[in-house]
Amino acid sequence: MILNLREFIAKETPRWRRLEDLLGRMESDPGFRMGLEELKELHELYLRASADLERVATFAAAPDLRRYLESLVARAYGEIHETRGKSRRPAPFHWFFRTFPRTFRRHLNLFLLAVAVVLAGGGFGGYAVLADPYAKEALLPFPHLLLDPAERVAREESKGKGVHAGEEEDPLRGGKATFSAYLMTHNTRVSILLMAMGITWGAGTVVLLFYNGVVLGAVTADYVAAGQGEFLVGWLLPHGSVEIPAFLLAGQCGLLLGGTLMGRGSRKSLKARLRATGRDVTTLLGGAALLLAWAGLVEAFLSQYHEPVLPYSVKIGFGVAETVLLAGFLGFSGSGGGKSREGAPS
Amino acid sequence: MSRAFSSSGARALVLSTPEGVRFSLPLAGPVIRFLAWTVDLACILAASFLLDRVLRAVQVVQPDAASALSILGYFVLSTGYPMALEWLWRGRTVGKRLLGLRVVDEEGLRLQFSQVAVRNLLRAVDSLPVFYLVGGATCFASAKAQRLGDYAAGTVVARSLRMAPPDLESLGPAPYNSLKAFPHLAARLRRRVSADEAALALQCLLRRDRLEPEARLRLFKELADRFRSMVKFPDEAVGGIPDEHYVRNVVELVYGKE
Repeated sequence: MILNLREFIAKETPRWRRLEDLLGRMESDPGFRMGLEELKELHELYLRASADLERVATFAAAPDLRRYLESLVARAYGEIHETRGKSRRPAPFHWFFRTFPRTFRRHLNLFLLAVAVVLAGGGFGGYAVLADPYAKEALLPFPHLLLDPAERVAREESKGKGVHAGEEEDPLRGGKATFSAYLMTHNTRVSILLMAMGITWGAGTVVLLFYNGVVLGAVTADYVAAGQGEFLVGWLLPHGSVEIPAFLLAGQCGLLLGGTLMGRGSRKSLKARLRATGRDVTTLLGGAALLLAWAGLVEAFLSQYHEPVLPYSVKIGFGVAETVLLAGFLGFSGSGGGKSREGAPS
Repeated sequence: MSRAFSSSGARALVLSTPEGVRFSLPLAGPVIRFLAWTVDLACILAASFLLDRVLRAVQVVQPDAASALSILGYFVLSTGYPMALEWLWRGRTVGKRLLGLRVVDEEGLRLQFSQVAVRNLLRAVDSLPVFYLVGGATCFASAKAQRLGDYAAGTVVARSLRMAPPDLESLGPAPYNSLKAFPHLAARLRRRVSADEAALALQCLLRRDRLEPEARLRLFKELADRFRSMVKFPDEAVGGIPDEHYVRNVVELVYGKE
């Protein structure tokens, strides 16, 4: 096609600029909504720019102009042909009380699979510690867990007695907020890794879940065998009742990602499957991060205090109450009302 | 519909619209993406430094709270910075803006928040074991230059382009163009000159005064020979025309009025 490039650019530039202007407004504000007239204009300008691109594409002399028009048409195409729901302004309460628990229930089978993997790891860790006391050193990553349970309990409770009687200063005083922030960020990073390892078709997530189960099982077996079950439950339950489910949720995310990559029983293409599960993965991990923030607070401000500062019955009661609330929340919150599409089935 | 193609090392994503228009998005390779990430890392560190300075005032009164806020602040900045900016700026962070990059949906559609979140959360794997080795290797191997996060989120990183219309005015007033006396041959030449060849010839003309005399002669001889081999004009049209003048005639013919 023979084209006078100078005249062509001069004539069309105002329309391209107008299209750029409309797209710029849409792009600068995620919540921006156009009126009908502007939408019609956008569509017309898009069609015109597409036609210009076709004309320029057959013309040798304008590679820069062609690339510019390609970029412009690409931006407009994304806005006009998008059929997925436009992201709305954030609605955190709706998301937390409806979207999150509904998404959890939709992929409940994967959560149960994560629980099974952790239990398998726990069984292995517990058996290893009971069968071979030396296994403890190999399995447990934290120095305070390598102590003899009875010795540790005596030490913790004697510190507590000193604090309780006002003879000793609280060792956590002036450091609880820092410890809490450390726990929140560290645990959230571990959760992100648990989810991200799902990209290895879920294998990495399974390994991490199993390993965490091994540590948990080894500690539990060690303390129960030493007759310190009450201390263990009082220590772990207040934060563990939220922290462990949060890790399991992150594992659920990883397994969801892995399952999507495998695509067992699905007729959709891999690309379509990944598109469908992205929102659910984000939702579940966001929920897990919030739970971990709460668990971090509880672990720093409550779990580290033992008898006589805090009776075990209070700590255990608190942990049980949290467990019941969390189970009720994940099991029933948002179950009423109309249907909403918040992701694809796993 | 989308597909990727690679031409002389440069990868591009080709999309076909329902209107029958095909367009391509040039894709960014791992090196330029790494540079953009370095800029973003510098931004995160600078913001963390500023936050620490602000928290020093808090530290005098509440050292524990200041320390906790510092830990949380760095975490939020390092994790939330790319997500927030890519979402608010439609696929761009400071580093991507500076280097002319943009995250886009691999089908050319509007970027969704979940896509931004997933591609950034997957950095946990892409950054392993150090300096994004996993992500870089995947990006090298991928036809669409995707790291694992892009793959899971269905995104690609494209190069943003700005309009640069041909600046023919700076060539000065056009002398008599003898090639125009043969319109059928001129039309044939227009069809045969590729976009890259035309752009190259134009740039050579625009920069001719910056060339060494010997290099200038050699360069325009090569270009003129190339164009002469495409279409043979009669001797009365091209006889005695210096190479540079011939190239100028060709450029004027290809870019200008028929």
